[in-house]
Amino acid sequence: MSKIFKNADEAIHDLTDNMTIILGGFGLCGIPENSIAALVKKGVKGLTCISNNAGVDNFGLGLLLQHHQIKKMISSYVGENAEFERQLLNGELEVELIPQGTLAERCRATAAGIPAFFTPAGYGTEVAIGKEVREFDGKMYIMEQRFHADFSIIKAWKGDTNGNLIYRAATRNFNLPMAGAGKITIAEVEELVPAGELDPDQIHTPGIFIKRIFQGEHFEKRIEQRTVKSI
Amino acid sequence: MLDKNGIAKRIARELQDGFYVNLGIGIPTLVANYVPEGVNVTFQSENGMLGMGPFPFEGEEDADVINAGKQTVTILPGGVYFDSATSFAMIRGEHVDLTVLGAMEVSETGDIANWKIPGKMVKGMGGAMDLVASAKNIIVAMQHVNKAGESKLLPKCSLPLTGIGCVKKIVTELAVIEVTKDGFKLLERAPGVSVEDIQKATEGKLIIEGEIPEMVL
Repeated sequence: MSKIFKNADEAIHDLTDNMTIILGGFGLCGIPENSIAALVKKGVKGLTCISNNAGVDNFGLGLLLQHHQIKKMISSYVGENAEFERQLLNGELEVELIPQGTLAERCRATAAGIPAFFTPAGYGTEVAIGKEVREFDGKMYIMEQRFHADFSIIKAWKGDTNGNLIYRAATRNFNLPMAGAGKITIAEVEELVPAGELDPDQIHTPGIFIKRIFQGEHFEKRIEQRTVKSI
Repeated sequence: MLDKNGIAKRIARELQDGFYVNLGIGIPTLVANYVPEGVNVTFQSENGMLGMGPFPFEGEEDADVINAGKQTVTILPGGVYFDSATSFAMIRGEHVDLTVLGAMEVSETGDIANWKIPGKMVKGMGGAMDLVASAKNIIVAMQHVNKAGESKLLPKCSLPLTGIGCVKKIVTELAVIEVTKDGFKLLERAPGVSVEDIQKATEGKLIIEGEIPEMVL
């Protein structure tokens, strides 16, 4: 069965209202731009989105927020988005804030068939409320569980028709541990090549984790904080 | 009294050759500008980079190369990119030697609050909870008092906690303070600052033993 889809619209054709989706990227770096645009176009509502950040007001997941398509966000940091803060303080949006390393590990665990793990992050804070606490070697840890997501949508630099992926620079971020974390993982790539063209030694994510792949277009790759030096 | 760069400069003196260091957003980021000569450290950015270099020249920005503050940066020769799960394996696994981060409040038992003001600020903890729960050595870089003039060094934090019993040292515009099991121990005064000034700005228990030296920057 071919994993190749023509575009984002086709890759998300069966993604429907009230589903839980995991989305890759850190800030706006390495986000699946085409897929987010397709979700906006499709108009699916009531989504639970698991993503490190919530985009900015007019890009990334901020676009889904603008159109009130997100019911709940599970993130570690949402500070760059005024609309997010407004919806949250108004009670229009549910949010679960979790430590960044916990988010990454929960995604990895989900893909790896690990139902739960213990981490020190958040012990003694409100993050630990309601969670099992256990001591190992004199240090306290809390139990965190895997996610249950319908889709995981990630972005890579190069991919082949078998779904093997290579990421570029710091876009590995959450894309890599999110590969395989949804019932269906969709990879949006900048360049899709025939299987056999990528060096097996250089592949970051083996294609077994990827159910659908398509080549995106017009990647904007917006920079959130353009910072330069003068000398 | 020190400015932000002065605080960064003083913290940079804590860097040791061979350290892997994670710098938080704000004053901590400035520490990278003052690495002492002869000391080689490697900066870790929790979004997935070891060997983080300076900002790029204009025209050389790369959207795929950013730091944890989402700023465009560069990578130094010998640097490496990795994913977020690997990044936090480095952090939780105590492979990072020093973490420098900002805070809204620190308690005399080393608790830290820096991620949330209920009903007001909803930004999230990012990687701060993982960092403070795991780092062997945590230095807080912050102003001694908040904008309302209230001490940020307290007997007990009033804001939601980021981590408990984790802060080892605090560097402010007024002082260098060590967090001990008996409370805040005053180690150094900033230039032109008296022990009384520091005592007045510190609400938590401040331990003053003997002559307190002025900072060497």
